[in-house]
Amino acid sequence: MLLFVEQLLNGLQLGIFLFLVAAGLTLIFGIMGLINLAHGSLFMIGAYVAATVTGLTGSFLAGLLAALPAAAVAGVVIEFVVMRRLYDREHLDQVLATFGLILFINEAVTMIWGRTPLFLNVPDALKGTFEIIPGIPYPVYRIAIIAAGILVALLLWLVIARTRVGMLIRAGSTNREMVAALGVDIALLYTALFAAGAVFAGFAGAMAGPLVSVQVGMGEQILILTFVVIVIGGIGSVRGALIGSLLVGVVDTLGRAFVPDLLKLFLPPAEADGIGAGLSSMMVYLLMAVVLIVRPSGLFPAAAGAR
Amino acid sequence: MPAAYEKPFLIAGLILLIAFPYIAEALGNAYFTSTVSRILIFAIAAISLDLILGYGGMVSFGHAAYLGVGAYVVAILSFHFYDGSALFGLPGTEFAPIVWPLGVVLSALAALVLGALCLRTSGIYFIMITLAFAQMLFFFFVSLQRYGGDDGLFMFAGRSHMPFIDLDDDTTFYYVCVAFLVGFYVLCRAIVASRFGRVLQGIRQNERRMTMLGYPVYRYKLAAFVIAGAGAGLAGVLLANHTKFVSPDILHWTKSGDILIMVILGGIGTLTGPILGSAAFLLLEEYLPVIFGDLSMDLLKDHWRIVFGPMLILIVLFARRGLYGMLFRRENGDG
Repeated sequence: MLLFVEQLLNGLQLGIFLFLVAAGLTLIFGIMGLINLAHGSLFMIGAYVAATVTGLTGSFLAGLLAALPAAAVAGVVIEFVVMRRLYDREHLDQVLATFGLILFINEAVTMIWGRTPLFLNVPDALKGTFEIIPGIPYPVYRIAIIAAGILVALLLWLVIARTRVGMLIRAGSTNREMVAALGVDIALLYTALFAAGAVFAGFAGAMAGPLVSVQVGMGEQILILTFVVIVIGGIGSVRGALIGSLLVGVVDTLGRAFVPDLLKLFLPPAEADGIGAGLSSMMVYLLMAVVLIVRPSGLFPAAAGAR
Repeated sequence: MPAAYEKPFLIAGLILLIAFPYIAEALGNAYFTSTVSRILIFAIAAISLDLILGYGGMVSFGHAAYLGVGAYVVAILSFHFYDGSALFGLPGTEFAPIVWPLGVVLSALAALVLGALCLRTSGIYFIMITLAFAQMLFFFFVSLQRYGGDDGLFMFAGRSHMPFIDLDDDTTFYYVCVAFLVGFYVLCRAIVASRFGRVLQGIRQNERRMTMLGYPVYRYKLAAFVIAGAGAGLAGVLLANHTKFVSPDILHWTKSGDILIMVILGGIGTLTGPILGSAAFLLLEEYLPVIFGDLSMDLLKDHWRIVFGPMLILIVLFARRGLYGMLFRRENGDG
């Protein structure tokens, strides 16, 4: 029971990371009709900048605050130099060009920071554990991540549901030609949205720094999981991204923790370990397969124009 | 040159391929033959992707998965052969007439199952889902601790055995690759020209129209997807034999990207192009660092991808018809 609650919280926390990356990505898909493989690179840039600045200043907060503008600037530069030319292209072109972008960014990061992974300590203020439910201690830092993620989700919902910019975003994801025809500066909206998505991804990367090793390729790992999230949630739907993220986060974590043990009830231990390891890393993809069979366009299919 | 010269061009190319081991020997570098074997193998994979991408309009970003299945079938059976242990109660084997078809069939089967799911969607979804399922297979092979997991599996028993043919001889193996490439190319040409191929191209141009005309669109696409999976499986079988080593790296998602690049670089929807693309890609990969080294640009020698990435973006943006488009003039009204 104790382990279960702990793993559930870990799953929730992975889900929060996924949501931070997926939120930007799904809006970019939905509104601009653009598939951006390099979105994970922004996550990586956030992590690297946070790790470096934290190392220089000794303050995690400074690292976090430096990571956000760095990711935003990277996002705007990418949008300006490459993405702008891809909006009207086929998905195939977008995939290839952003694949090239990944090669470039990964190599550039290797040139600057080298191949050895960086490690980042949990900030002193957030060290230690806290008993959410009596008897179950849980690291404060992970609680902070969950809280920060919920805050960002709330903020995002407020912006999208209650502000004029949010209204434009919603309108844009339904029918972008119409929004452009009504005199909205679509180019500016796109750049702003891209920068916002980059900030979320960079924020997630900076927060992930103390939990994982900061290394080249960390962006793509989370990117592919994010794709699973978006397929489950439905393209262009922020609500779908939230539900999908939490589902994927919890299923992945619980799967890794419990599937091998569950299999031991049916199989001899040696085989259960082997098959369990394989099956538990495949759980989220099986979940995706099930969703696809039941609802091919995701749990919350958003815009008709998103295809 | 006009597109009508494609056939003489191909025949000239084939003659060059047949003569190549002698040329390499004359140049005193037999290693070239091995490099070209690798190019031929990836050309098979790239052609198979072109079949669904260029003719069926299906942007599959998970093609390396089927390459991996084919390769692992060869390696795992070889492992049990060497080990003497049983797999599902059957002994392992190195006998090519059993192993190779099995590798192709299992790849086709994987493509059937995954394709049946992926083809329920289209557009961006399809790209993401093919990528995600390929990643699933990647993790599956990583978790197979018995077969080396992350580190991969060496084929200590050597290449597969074939009656009358000594595959362990590199030059012989090279000619086997040439034969398979020619065979697969001719097969795909026939498929594209057949009624089935015409329907497939009709679906690429306008799926709704083909549905309205009464064609079972889903089944046609799935059939093409399975054929492509089998082709990639064949390439995987050859690849495992070529290197006598497999690892999950073969089905890493960047490999899928590499194969996709080969198709685009060579010219999408041409079948000939992917062969050129495979050659160009693998030669660049091998010699770009060497060239930078010769120019004593040491920083770029280690980090050649920093040049390769933007190059790729530029090719996508400005040279859509690839190498094939540079060689052959566009026919009137074709496009």
